[in-house]
Parts: sequence; C-alpha cells; structure tokens
Amino acid sequence: MKLLRMKPGHGEIMLAEGDVRVPEQERELIEAFRRELDAGMWAAVPTGSPGGRREAELVKSFAEVPREAERVIFFPRAAGGAPGATL
Amino acid sequence: MALALGTGAILLVVLLWELVRPTFKRAVARGREIWSLRRGASTLSGYDPGRERRAEQRARALLRSCVDERDWAMYRDLGFLRVWGERGRGKRASYAYLIYPHKPIVAYVPQTGALLNEYCVAFPDLSRPYGSSRLPDSDDVLAKWMALTADERRLIADANMHLPGRQVDPGRVRRDLLRLARWERERSVPDPRGTDRAGADPRASSGADTDVRGPDRADTLHA
Repeated sequence: MKLLRMKPGHGEIMLAEGDVRVPEQERELIEAFRRELDAGMWAAVPTGSPGGRREAELVKSFAEVPREAERVIFFPRAAGGAPGATL
Repeated sequence: MALALGTGAILLVVLLWELVRPTFKRAVARGREIWSLRRGASTLSGYDPGRERRAEQRARALLRSCVDERDWAMYRDLGFLRVWGERGRGKRASYAYLIYPHKPIVAYVPQTGALLNEYCVAFPDLSRPYGSSRLPDSDDVLAKWMALTADERRLIADANMHLPGRQVDPGRVRRDLLRLARWERERSVPDPRGTDRAGADPRASSGADTDVRGPDRADTLHA
C-alpha cells in the first residue's frame, strides 16, 4: 500500500509504502496516515465497483482503508470559495 | 597616408565611444536592475514554470490512474470531467456536474442542458510548499472528483452555492455541453448512467427559465 499526498508545485509525493500484512510496516503506514489527518488532510481510496465503475471512498481512519487497497491519496480539505475570475 | 587614416579611425572610434558611453552605462545599469527585480520576484513568489509543468504532468498521470478510461479521455479531449449526481448512479441520472480545474463545479440537468448551480470549492494547501496553496490543475480536478464520488453531500455542504453565471460563463458551459454531446456521438458509446441525450442540447433550455431546483444542499440532496 502506498500513501500519496497531493502537493502544490510538485504533484503527488509518496509519504509511505508498506505491506499491511507486516506489522512493522503497517505501524509505519498508520503513523504516516495519522500525521496527514492531523495536518488537516482528507484521505481518499480510489476504488472500482464490480461493474467496472471507478469511484473513491473517503476514509477517516486507517481501519476504514480496505486491506487490499493499493493507494490512499491525501489532499487538502475542501473549503468554500474559488477564484473570482470568469471562465 | 595610411598612418593618417589609421589615426583618424582611432580618433573616430574614441569619440563615438565617448558619445555612446553614458547611454551604454545607463542601459547596463537598467538591465542589472530589471534582472535583480525579476530574480527577487521569482524568489518571493516561488513560481517556476518548469516545476509547475512537471507537477501538472504528475497530476495528469495520477488522475488517469484513478478515473475510468472514458472519463480520462473526456478530460484529455475536452478539459473537464462530468460526474453524475448521486441519485443517478446505477440508473438514469437526474442531474450531473461538470468539473473544471480551479473553477466552481457546475450542476446541470442532462436531459435539458439547464444549468442549476455553481458550487465554489477549493482545496488550498495552507502549508504552501512552494509559496502557493494551489494544487496543479489535474490534482484539483481529481480532488473534486474523489470528493464528489465519495461523499457528494459533504462536498456540496462545504461549497459556496451560487446561481449559474456567478463565476463560470453560462455560454461557455453550454458550448462545453454541446462539445460533450458531439464528443459522445463521435465515440458512439453512450454512457449508461446518462440518458438518451447524455450530453444534452443546452439550447433546449436555459438555467434562467427552468424550475428545476437541482442538487441544492438545502432541499434536494438532503431530502
């Protein structure tokens, strides 16, 4: 499993990578996961439904991340408002 | 004769140099000043076009790896993504959203093309790693896509809702809906979640004269 974070001026960066079946690696993943949530990030897991439809799932704790998930993507939490320019 | 000509040439060069020197010195000083200002501004803003371009390339690769091939093709070809409304997933959609990079999300009715609302939402990274809180364009689109497909109600609740035309030109959106309809016809594979008029013909109706209330956070979505 990879933990990725979107970053301005860079694109995504990899925060941590490990096998959730290995306790030590899972611990590292959990710590990195908590750090990002504490920093105010949202965490999403890209998923594919049985019909082939791709969606995402927001997770609030590492326990909610599907064990088979390959990636968790962190991104800044949503805030109302946007630039004022007209498209 | 040659000596006289040589001496004359040297004198001419020296005289010309004396005439040009003040202007030349001013030009050099001005050039140094501009270069210094530009360097200072660049350091302050942290903006680097090359870095931003590489960031966008990474973001596009990430977006592509997350969305359907069809959605990726839509974004690549048209510059926006369409996401069906929550109630339309798995059946006929009653409304849908257009996601533009760093612009409000636009809700519309696929059957008529009527524009419903704009949802202003941003994902500012307050740590400003390179002096800006703005994600690359494709990361912004992916963030909206993930938030919409994962928890539409929450995202809509966090957004500032406005009538169409507040920030996104309705004419532009209608043209985009026409482009989308044409794009889907050319692909000849209608999206099963949509309707027979998946892209819809926005000339059929306008947001101003419709009585469809759409995915309003206060009523429709939470009903």
